[in-house]
Amino acid sequence: MNIEKEQIKDDEIILAIETSCDETAAAVIQGGSSILSNVVASQIESHQRFGGVVPELASRHHTENITWVVEEALTDAGVIFADLDAVAVTAGPGLVGALLVGVNAAKAIAFAHGLPLLPVHHIAGHIQAARLERPWHYPALALVVSGGHTELVLLKDEGEYEVIGQTRDDAAGEAYDKVARSLNLSYPGGPQIDKLAREGETIIPFPIAWLEEGSYDFSFSGLKSAVINKLHNAKQKGEVFRKEDVAASFQRSVIEVLTEKTKRAAAQYGVKQVVVVGGVAANKGLRQSMKDIFSNTEVELTIPPLALCTDNAAMIGAAAHIQWKKNIQADWNLNGKADLALF
Amino acid sequence: MKILAIDTSTHVMGVALAEDNKLLGEYVTNFKKNHSLRLMPAIHELLKELDIKPQDLDAIAVAKGPGSYTGVRIGVTTAKSMAWALNIPVYGVSSLKVLARNGTYFSGVICPFIDARRGQVYTGLYKMGAEHQIKTIISDHIVAMEDWLHYIKEKNEPVLFLSQDYDLHHSLISESLADQAVVGNGMDMLPKPSVLLSLAFEQEKPISAHALVPEYTQRTEAEKKWLEKKEGKTDA
Ligand SMILES: [Zn+2]
Repeated sequence: MNIEKEQIKDDEIILAIETSCDETAAAVIQGGSSILSNVVASQIESHQRFGGVVPELASRHHTENITWVVEEALTDAGVIFADLDAVAVTAGPGLVGALLVGVNAAKAIAFAHGLPLLPVHHIAGHIQAARLERPWHYPALALVVSGGHTELVLLKDEGEYEVIGQTRDDAAGEAYDKVARSLNLSYPGGPQIDKLAREGETIIPFPIAWLEEGSYDFSFSGLKSAVINKLHNAKQKGEVFRKEDVAASFQRSVIEVLTEKTKRAAAQYGVKQVVVVGGVAANKGLRQSMKDIFSNTEVELTIPPLALCTDNAAMIGAAAHIQWKKNIQADWNLNGKADLALF
Repeated sequence: MKILAIDTSTHVMGVALAEDNKLLGEYVTNFKKNHSLRLMPAIHELLKELDIKPQDLDAIAVAKGPGSYTGVRIGVTTAKSMAWALNIPVYGVSSLKVLARNGTYFSGVICPFIDARRGQVYTGLYKMGAEHQIKTIISDHIVAMEDWLHYIKEKNEPVLFLSQDYDLHHSLISESLADQAVVGNGMDMLPKPSVLLSLAFEQEKPISAHALVPEYTQRTEAEKKWLEKKEGKTDA
């Protein structure tokens, strides 16, 4: 179905579905910015005992929960199928088995009601969570930090994503989880390290990977190993570090490189707006550090509330607004992909 | 009453549509290719050919497993999501029962199986009753083929084997059972969505879309290991 661009309304109502990792999520979004409903069924309790997400278990839970979650999203929004203009779904990247549940559910629902199917990239979703807060000012820069991603993305215009930097090894959130494990903190460890860090002092000198001059890439595996080695050596020598100090020192190294590279990129590209999104954007230390850097500048800083930073479907609905306006539809052969270039 | 049937529980993909026990169309492929990509286009094509709209459907039947975890999930998720969206019920039918039903005219016990790797199979025992009603003798489970054949041997009656994976277990079956084993013929080895429809019409009870879940017959590896560890600790 090709509709003339002028005819496409911009207060469309989209049902969005997200199942790329361990949250079964559905939301109803109007006009790309108004949240009519946002339902997230978290599986954290089920995966906690394993110290991380078990992909097969995540897929199983998605299959059990999917229609309940979508139904709740429609009920909360007070809409019926006839009110919907499109169905959007995360097509990747993520756990392939988990993605498949959302993709096949979205296809079935769209097919049943003759609705357009809009494919959404998970990272575009995280970035567009900012649109749920306030309108974009271009050029803009997005820092995406989560358990699976650490990327600096330049947006010259609406929906135009250019990755200018990314992690060469671990994602920031991954480093948090691994360090948390070596401190015997339960999964997910990120929020606990953040909390401990506030009670600790940055007295342990951990490395910061700046990489080559001018690079906006990141690397966290060296830092992660340094922390693990430090703890291991200390144990052998009978030395004791306070968990709070380890957390604070580790977190300082992560935050410093994230904020500094964001600051440099913002200056180089002359951006009007910086957004920080993804699960690690829930980190209070990172939020504060970003505020400190950008508060007295011309650059507008947007960090969506926690519930929109962690995986959710409202952000997918927000990103789908751009697909809707550009009339980018998927065919019935849409598939979930573990690796997918940002679009 | 129009029912759409879906089976993606093995590498055989099947979609069929029947109206009041009359098969209107059936689409089956038997090769390894992505179900997630091909299922919805197949449903779309079949409905288009038959000039039937999704809203015309009265129910959806699906093979709920056992079988490939991912394959089963694609079929079950599609079936339950479409049924929920159309506010119609679903029939979740055992993938093994669908295969077993191909043994309609066999008077002994019927053993459908799907290879589950490492010498294991998903299997059960079935028997045809009066008026083509199929009865479950042993329900679906996962078992080492060797142990399973040992059990079957003791039953001392002819057993019809139906499976797309027969060749993988051929030598073990003939060694263990010799003449007791009867091997299915050609197309009887193939699970067909039209047979799934027959089963739905004949004897299954429809359920609400929300309630439909796959039948995996076993926990995930991670859960199994976790339980073992936990039990090991309580024992010690
Ligand atoms: Zn995410």
